[in-house]
Amino acid sequence: MALIWDGIVTAFSLVFGGDAEVWSITWLSLKVSGLATTISLVVGIPLGILLAMTRFPGRSLAVALVNTGMGLPPVVVGLFVSIFLWRSGPLGFLDLIYSPAAMVIAQVVIAFPIVAGLTLTSFQTLNPNLGLQLLGIGASKPQLLWLLCKEARLPLLAAVMAGFGGVISEVGASMMVGGNIRGQTRVLTTATVLESGKGNFDIAIALGLILLALSFAVNFLLTHIQQREQIRWPKPS
Amino acid sequence: MAETLLSLRDIAVRHGEVTVLRLSRLDVERGEILAIIGPNGAGKSTLLRVMGMLQQPSAGIIHFRGEEVGRDNALLMRRRTASVFQEPLLLNASVYENAALGLKLRGLGRAEIRERLHPWLERLRISNLASRRVRTLSGGELQRTSLTRALALDPELLLLDEPFSALDPPTRESLLIDLREILNQTGVTTVFVTHDRHEAFMLGSRIGVLREGRLLQVGPGLEVFTRPLDESVAEIVGADTRIPALVESSANGVARVRFDGGVAEAMGAFNAGARVILCLRPEDIILSRETGAPRDAERPNRLRVKVLKIIPSTLHYRLALQCRGSQLSALITRSAFMNLGVNVGDDLIASFNPAAVHIIPIRKQ
Repeated sequence: MALIWDGIVTAFSLVFGGDAEVWSITWLSLKVSGLATTISLVVGIPLGILLAMTRFPGRSLAVALVNTGMGLPPVVVGLFVSIFLWRSGPLGFLDLIYSPAAMVIAQVVIAFPIVAGLTLTSFQTLNPNLGLQLLGIGASKPQLLWLLCKEARLPLLAAVMAGFGGVISEVGASMMVGGNIRGQTRVLTTATVLESGKGNFDIAIALGLILLALSFAVNFLLTHIQQREQIRWPKPS
Repeated sequence: MAETLLSLRDIAVRHGEVTVLRLSRLDVERGEILAIIGPNGAGKSTLLRVMGMLQQPSAGIIHFRGEEVGRDNALLMRRRTASVFQEPLLLNASVYENAALGLKLRGLGRAEIRERLHPWLERLRISNLASRRVRTLSGGELQRTSLTRALALDPELLLLDEPFSALDPPTRESLLIDLREILNQTGVTTVFVTHDRHEAFMLGSRIGVLREGRLLQVGPGLEVFTRPLDESVAEIVGADTRIPALVESSANGVARVRFDGGVAEAMGAFNAGARVILCLRPEDIILSRETGAPRDAERPNRLRVKVLKIIPSTLHYRLALQCRGSQLSALITRSAFMNLGVNVGDDLIASFNPAAVHIIPIRKQ
């Protein structure tokens, strides 16, 4: 118990004491995972909508691939992104290995199938005739997509939460493609692994708690937006 | 002469190998209410989607106000129409937001939307529900919201796809009466598809009959209901008595036809010896007890029948009748049924006016 208590005390002193390194690690975690989630939304939402609203040969295979991608092990993603970005790899000329950009790429690979898969599911829960009805009162194609996204906003927010949750908490890919370089690619998860490996459990607990708090804060914000429109079930009589 | 608002020429809609709609020609005149009736799967909704430019036909040309509809101008043309579907497909928002949606999509400002929407919310009797979320509404209120959304657009062409079929009878009746008044007052050109003959007859200034993707007949409601062009139309419009018959003679605009069960006189000129179908609407058959001499029963348009089946409903009784080898169907009011005191197996006299008899010539294959 003393270990946990020490960790909590250390966490408070690191955060509120203004420890520059902890703040820079936290900020980098937020930047990398925030950017990766944003890119995943930009790629994943249109892909999910496309899979939900169109029929083409090979669609079932594409859906199966997206669903498989929703459970990709981060270390496997880290391995393949590393191979591609390795100096002698196909994309080695970009010189991105062990950089925050490499971590963003790996996290996008992890998060975009989650976003695409959940978008697909959320659009499939909409009434298939709703799109036709919206066109029937004069919606243009972009207006139609916007209205359908608005209508599916509750499950879409769940997709955002799942995407962000998936990448802020992953460690394998960030470690492999980022290298956990102090001041450059060290994020909360990789720093926690490092500190616990060194036996600095108080710092590891502190970093873990910051990670939890960060994850909670983002999810709380999104949940608050989502639940403002929660369906009120009737009370049983 | 009325202006043609929408014209369809040589339209075909195919789903794979199956042609679900084939239409050589159909014009919708400005100001008319065209009701399309047909059984489930007849292609009614497909036709409405094609008319609303919501579905590209596999072949054919559509003109709206004389202008050919193509991919380039489809949105512009669609914005001159408004569609209402069987389900009130509304967004998860308030009644007002839903009703205002079409106007908002056209880029109108808040004040103008409010000004245009308010009278329609009043007219459809939902202004008191404006701030309610649509999830809390009844089926009738939802469909009123959907109709408000369409009517507020002041469309040149209103397309209604069975908008009442999911409603309970009293709600349907009240909404139908309101809609009839609105359509008559506004004069908005409307195409209304339904499988309900009563709704079609009540709303339509013209009625089209669709079956298996083909338009079998289009014309004024009374004409289509009393003078169906073929047996399929007769079945769809409810001419339940359809008996094969032979023209014995035809003179002075009156034809005498013989069938298994008796002789009927009908208005019209037909070739003697021609094989025909004798059609009667159930409400045109008058039932009585035999009172005169038995010979009287054998006059034309007066048949001796036996009651096979009695099907009661709130307003009418439907009776299945046997007349030797032929079967007839009659619809009588509850009071007439009570006065006659009919039971299954009773012998009755079925009579009908020559003007009520419709003769369909059998086309040689």
